[in-house]
This record gives sequence, C-alpha cells and structure tokens, in this order.
Amino acid sequence: MWVDTFFFYLFALVTLAGGVLTVTRRNAVHSAMSLILSLIGVAGLFLLQRAEFLFAVQIVLYVGGIMVLFLFVIMLVNLDQAARMRQFSGQWWLALACVLAVAAQIVYVLSRGSGAFRFARPEPPARGGNVELVADVLFKQYLLPFELASVLLLAAIVGSVIMARKRI
Amino acid sequence: MQTVLEHPLTLPVALAAVIVLLFPLVAGYVVLLERKILADFQVRLGPMRVGPHGLLQPIADAVKLIIKEDVIPAAADRPLFLAAPVISVVTALTAFAVLPFSEQLRVADVNVGLLVISAMSAVGVLGIVLGGWSANSHYALLGALRSGAQLISYEVALAFALLSGVMAAGTLSMVGIVKAQYERQIWFAFENYGLMLVPAAVYLIAAVAETNRAPFDLPEAESELVAGFHTEYSGFRWALYFLAEYANIFVVAGVMVTLFWGGWLRPFPNVPWLEFPLNYVFPFALMFASGGLCFPLARRLKSRANAIGLRVVGLALLGVGALLLIPAVNQAVIGPFWFLLKVFVVIYAFIWFRGTWPRYRYDQLMNIGWKRLIPIGMGALLVNGVVGMLRG
Repeated sequence: MWVDTFFFYLFALVTLAGGVLTVTRRNAVHSAMSLILSLIGVAGLFLLQRAEFLFAVQIVLYVGGIMVLFLFVIMLVNLDQAARMRQFSGQWWLALACVLAVAAQIVYVLSRGSGAFRFARPEPPARGGNVELVADVLFKQYLLPFELASVLLLAAIVGSVIMARKRI
Repeated sequence: MQTVLEHPLTLPVALAAVIVLLFPLVAGYVVLLERKILADFQVRLGPMRVGPHGLLQPIADAVKLIIKEDVIPAAADRPLFLAAPVISVVTALTAFAVLPFSEQLRVADVNVGLLVISAMSAVGVLGIVLGGWSANSHYALLGALRSGAQLISYEVALAFALLSGVMAAGTLSMVGIVKAQYERQIWFAFENYGLMLVPAAVYLIAAVAETNRAPFDLPEAESELVAGFHTEYSGFRWALYFLAEYANIFVVAGVMVTLFWGGWLRPFPNVPWLEFPLNYVFPFALMFASGGLCFPLARRLKSRANAIGLRVVGLALLGVGALLLIPAVNQAVIGPFWFLLKVFVVIYAFIWFRGTWPRYRYDQLMNIGWKRLIPIGMGALLVNGVVGMLRG
C-alpha cells in the first residue's frame, strides 16, 4: 500500500524534524512547539499501526496535558534573560565525534545482523478494536502492576501538593 | 460518474467540504441568533438595520472583518502569532469529522470517536495559549494563562461525565453510542433510573467552561482583561478565533446530544405510532408556524424591500415545511433535522446562561471545577457503574 508508505515517511519526517528543531531552537517556546510537532508525528505513527487508542491518548495526554504545562512554565519564566545566557555548547566537536562513533556502531551491527530481523505482520483488525484489547490486557493480565502504578501516581500527587503548600 | 457516486469516500469527502465551507455562515447566524436572543432578554431589538430584522447582519459583519486592516504588533512573535488562530480553527473543525448528523450522514465513524473529540479540544488549548503569549501583551498573556488553566481543570470533569455515558453505551464510536440508545430504547440522560441526569448536568456545566462561555468567560473578561487572549488580534485573524469558538460550541453541543440525548433519533424511537406525529406533523408545524409568523412581522416593517425580503424568507420556510411532508425527502432529512434541532436547543441554553448569570470570580471558578464538579463526576461514575452492573 503506497498510501501507508507515504504516510509512514511523512510522520517519520515530522517526528525527526520536530526532534531536531527542539534541540536547535534558541527560543524555548519554539522548542516546545517543535516537541509538540514531534509528538504529533509519533501519534500519526501509532495510527498507522492501527493503535488508534494510543493515538488519541498520545495527543490528549502529551500534547493537551504535559506540553500545555510545559508552555505554562516557559511563559512564566524570563525568556529573554535565558536566551542571552551563554549556551553550554563549547564541546560540540566532542559530542559530534561520540554521536558519529555510536552511529557507526549501530550501522555496522544492523548491516551484519540484518538477516536476523523478522518484521511482525500487522494483524487483521481484532474483535472490537484497539480500545477493548488494551482494556483486556490492562485489567486482566496486568491488573496488579496497573493498580500499583496508580497508587504511585497518587503518592506523587499528594507529595507535590504537600511540598507546594506551606500550611496544610 | 456512477462509480464516483458509489465510491465509499464520496459522501464523507463531500460532507467534509460542505462543513468547512458552510460552517462560517452557520457560525455567523449563530452569532445573530445570540445577539437577537440576548436583546430579547434585555427588552431590546438587537440588530435591525441590515436586511429584514437584521437577517443579513452576519454577511455584513463577515465582509467587514475580511476587509479590515490586519494589525500585527511589532514586538509579537510573528510565526506563532500567525499560526495560533489557525491551530484553533483546524482543531475545532476537525472535531466535526466524527460527529454523526445521521446514521449515514457522517464524515467518519471511528471506534475512538469521543477520544478524537477530546484530543482535538486538548490541542485547541494550544491555539489560545500561543495566541496570548505570542502577542507580547500583558492582557493577552493573562487571558491565555487563565484560559489554559480553566480548560485543563474542566477537562477532568468533562472526561468523568463522558466516561459515564461511554460506560452506558459500551463503545467509544459516536454512531455506536446512538445505536446503543436505540437498542436500550432510552436516551442515556434517563438511563439507570434517571441517575445519568447527573453526569449529563456535569457535562453541560463543564462544556460551558470548556468553550470559555459566560458565566465562565474569565479568559475574555472585558472589564478586567480588555478582550483576553485575542486582545491584539484584529480583522480576519480575530474572526478565525470566533469561528473556532462557535465551532467548539457546536461540537460540545453535538457531543451532548449524541451521548445523552439520542443523537439523530426522534423522541421515543421505539414507539411506532408516534412516527407520524413526530416525524411529519411536528417539523411541518414548526416550519409552518415560523414561516407564517414572518407575514404579520413583514407588514410592520417600514422599508418596502425589507418587507418583501421577510415574505420571501417566510415562503422559503413554508416551502421547506411542505417538502418535509414528502415521504422520500422526510426519510432522508429527518435524522439531521432532529440532530440539529437538539443541538440548537443546547446552543440556546448556552445563550440563555450568558444572558442570565453574572461572571464568576477566578477562585469561584476553580472551586466549582475542582471541589464540586470533579467529585460529583467521580461519584456519578461510580454510582452509575454499580447500578449499570446490577441491572445487567
């Protein structure tokens, strides 16, 4: 399906371009916007994998929740001052050398072991769809870890409220 | 030609084009409706100058907004300032894609329909926050921060109310939700012995806050913030923000109707003998009465052109009423008729709220959201879950 291929490359490009822009923009709000672009690209990739629940949750949670909070914090700090400060990028040549070395390793390993990879075939759309499947797995197979994670989150919420308030 | 017409994508693409092209006009007339109804509440006449009873006012407003000078503040963050209203409009109009006007008349029936609408309203916050920040103005920034905080707070209550509805329906697909109401033979607002009325009420309140409407219109509180996040916007870009706001109102009203009020179903869809009075007599009577009322009103108009215009409108309404009596036409349009009628009832309620309640203070807003609506929503979810399980 060339449509799928086209959209895969489109979303991959959006994700990567967003990621690169996030680290290269000097203005923090522009960086946050690029990160949003990248997250939306990932959401698109989820949709191509027929994981429509993950697609929606990715946008609701990351773009709508976390990134809006990011933007809040960025808008409330003094941006001009932060932009004028010296950037810690004096050793970019060392960083570049490390990145190239790791990239060379990955390319080498991938080219040697390419025969060992097996690509999973997308399964035909299952009964009821993605939402029901995720719910089944989450509430039957992994019920205890799921509930434990929710307790952990609750503890974090209560802790942050106690730390933020001077007097309870 | 035949293959093009029968292609499964033809109807969705055509409907999407119609929505995108026609909605600005609908939004304009919703604004006129709002001005007229508010005027009526305050014993005024409202817009009367352009066309009979101000019927052409939206078109005059649109022309004015399009040809107005587009001012961009010198110290604004230009790319974000230009992009922000576009984000708002695109997300608001995208949400229409999963709104079913009738069983066939819909752009897409995806099995995460409600989540798509939540996702779009979540991204829509960005348009407001960025618009307020990029203008480099204190009023706009404060308005944007208020709006962002308000939207995030009320999204939680909204989600709890939606969850109760989804739990009753057993599906996230918008078409599936309406079909579930047909099968259970009850609108979900009255499901579980009337207990679902609580989440429906929570949804209505949270929806008013989500769309930044009075009494929760703090982001654009005129007396404090000039115009809130869109203080620095003018002309066409300002119009885009308003288009987005009215599109959001339409979408939240559509979700309310779909989830709690039976979508495109007529009242009592399972009682066959009611079909003739509700599907034929009622729409005809509605159109006939509103068309007929145009004629005595036209006699009192001073301008001859306006009087003729109002008579033409009346004749058109009578014609639509007569068309609705033809069985073939009736079958095709009765679904959208009921859907739109219910949506406009909700929109009327929104305008009514605006005309009735004074604006809340910011701390009151947060109290209502976090200390009232969210616990009530959680409780309603719990009670409805238990009752729904016990009923089987």
